[in-house]
Amino acid sequence: MNLLIAEDSDGDRMILATLLRRLGHQVHEASNGLEAVAVFVKTEPDIVFMDALMPTMSGMDAARRIKELSGTRFVPVVFITSLASEREQARCLEAGGDDFLLKPYSRVILEAKINAYSRVLALQHSVVQQRNQIRQQNEQMLAEQRMARRVFDNVAHTGCLDAANIRYHASPLSIFNGDVLFAAERPGGGTLIFLGDFTGHGLPAAIGAMPIAEVFYGMVAKGFGAIDLLAEINKKLGNILPVGMFCCGALVETDGARGTTRVWNGGLPDGWLVRNDGELVAVPSRHLPLGVQPPERFDATMELLNTAPDDYVVLMTDGFPESCDAQGESLGEDAVRQVLSELQHDDHPFEALMARLQAFTGHPDPADDITLCCLKIVAQGAIADVAESAPESALTGPGSWHCVYELRDQALADFNPLPLLLHICTEVPGLRRRSGEVFTLLSELYSNALEHGVLKLSSEWKKSAKGFSLYYEERTRRLSDTQGHYIRFTLDHEPLSEGGRLKIRCEDSGQGFDMGEGNDSPRPIAGKEYHGRGMGILKRMARAVSVCGSGNCVEIVYDWEFPMQGCTSQ
Amino acid sequence: MSDIPRLDEEALAELQDVMEDEFDVLIETYLADSRTRISGLKEAIAEGDPEHLRKAAHSLKGSCTNIGVPKLGNLCFELEVLGREGRLDGAEAIMAAIEQEFEEVKRQLERFSQ
Repeated sequence: MNLLIAEDSDGDRMILATLLRRLGHQVHEASNGLEAVAVFVKTEPDIVFMDALMPTMSGMDAARRIKELSGTRFVPVVFITSLASEREQARCLEAGGDDFLLKPYSRVILEAKINAYSRVLALQHSVVQQRNQIRQQNEQMLAEQRMARRVFDNVAHTGCLDAANIRYHASPLSIFNGDVLFAAERPGGGTLIFLGDFTGHGLPAAIGAMPIAEVFYGMVAKGFGAIDLLAEINKKLGNILPVGMFCCGALVETDGARGTTRVWNGGLPDGWLVRNDGELVAVPSRHLPLGVQPPERFDATMELLNTAPDDYVVLMTDGFPESCDAQGESLGEDAVRQVLSELQHDDHPFEALMARLQAFTGHPDPADDITLCCLKIVAQGAIADVAESAPESALTGPGSWHCVYELRDQALADFNPLPLLLHICTEVPGLRRRSGEVFTLLSELYSNALEHGVLKLSSEWKKSAKGFSLYYEERTRRLSDTQGHYIRFTLDHEPLSEGGRLKIRCEDSGQGFDMGEGNDSPRPIAGKEYHGRGMGILKRMARAVSVCGSGNCVEIVYDWEFPMQGCTSQ
Repeated sequence: MSDIPRLDEEALAELQDVMEDEFDVLIETYLADSRTRISGLKEAIAEGDPEHLRKAAHSLKGSCTNIGVPKLGNLCFELEVLGREGRLDGAEAIMAAIEQEFEEVKRQLERFSQ
């Protein structure tokens, strides 16, 4: 071994150096503390023998300095002393000394000590090697995670998570703890948010999340609603995840225009609706997590809430209530309820919850497995801003076509034709940029035909809280008997010089309006009124809106133009 | 006091064995070193500095123990105790004994190394 002796007595140093050399070691010598530190830096010895009392720098100061310099490397410092008081021995140990060697030197003791330290150093060497190996592997894993994260971001992007009405916390590496958070604007307005928590950690969880991101963003852009999304995500996860792996999740769908919010919760902690007036409504998990049930047994029933602007919907993964304080106690779901119930009028639930978490854990940064999302309900604003920027497909479809699509009987209850119709329309080159407007037109026509034409529901009901639930109960009940009914869409598109013209005619099997003589504004008959809002939107977007037949048929003409070349939004 | 031997013959024999050809150099080194330290002890007494006395006596005691001259080492220990207790009365008498003992040790060691 490589040894250092620091001793000011020349004779003593000579004896010890000779003893150690005879034992086969390489010996470096220093005659005071300062020199000892210098020789230590130059020769990096394995063990240091140090006289406590030396001129220029005492052995204790030198020992302290050497311990500092050696960092994580363990360098035993053995103090050389003749019989000294216990107090002095204690001071040597406090200075970082590891052992004593008493004068006169005993060859036997010296050899035994060196052998013992040799074993300790060999052990330490292997520990350090293992640590370096682990560190290296960890660095490699983090590099791989960063790489995987970039791929994931390309698939999942942030959607509309950065919208002004969404506040969220998600760790940059949360995906490797199995947490995912997606948000997107629906083509016709409204927001969809999915929060998921995969069982497991690391790459398996991240790999499961990728296809869900594709399903979510792909289907939302095509106009699918929450129920279709849930069914598809559940089916996809069931196919790809191994047994025992699944995804706890919640999906929120807001429809600002209708003043409704639907929530599905399968396995996450209670979600919350925090109303503007302070009322709290819990949205507990009522379903098994996604990827557990086979498609035929999956229940996508969503909880329907009537919401108003400035209400909040709060979702979180279990990392939030399970956060621990220094004593290992967890925060708990009751604390979440308490924070939300004590909110003052101007408090933001997101900020209040994060502040509570920080105060509880005592850490400024939340752990990686905590994801919290808070959506503020807003009034339906300008429609289709987002869809305007939808990417063009590389393939171009026809510009001139005609199609009739009729949905009959039970299919009226089971199937949502809007994604299909939207898809046909947005195949027209250039019209994809208007998919938000087209979707709005289609969905207004369709829901009017279904709810008021076929099901004969009165939108008057929705004006009171009691009527609100009655409306949706009746809707469900009446959907179970649609035998003999139909809704027929007739679509026409022709190119114009700067864009195109889309004609949509929507006819239903209902009784329609009672059209007064010479009066082209429809007069509602009992149980059936075209609710004002829908008509307003259609009139604003379309070039022409006309009601024909017995009032059970609405036809609109929608003209659109390519964006001007060379023009920017600035 | 008189039952403590001047030389520890066994320890010296072992040192001779360890140091081989360098034993003579070791003895010379020890004697030179001790001479310096004895002047250090006298200085400490002249300055009336008990802490200086304690440290210097402790160091010389260590070398004496190592080389195998226990009687001189023991005299140094008496000075070390005085220094630790912070008093210097009687130090000069011990000092005189140390100087006298050192001369004896020197003579005998020189003989031993031949």
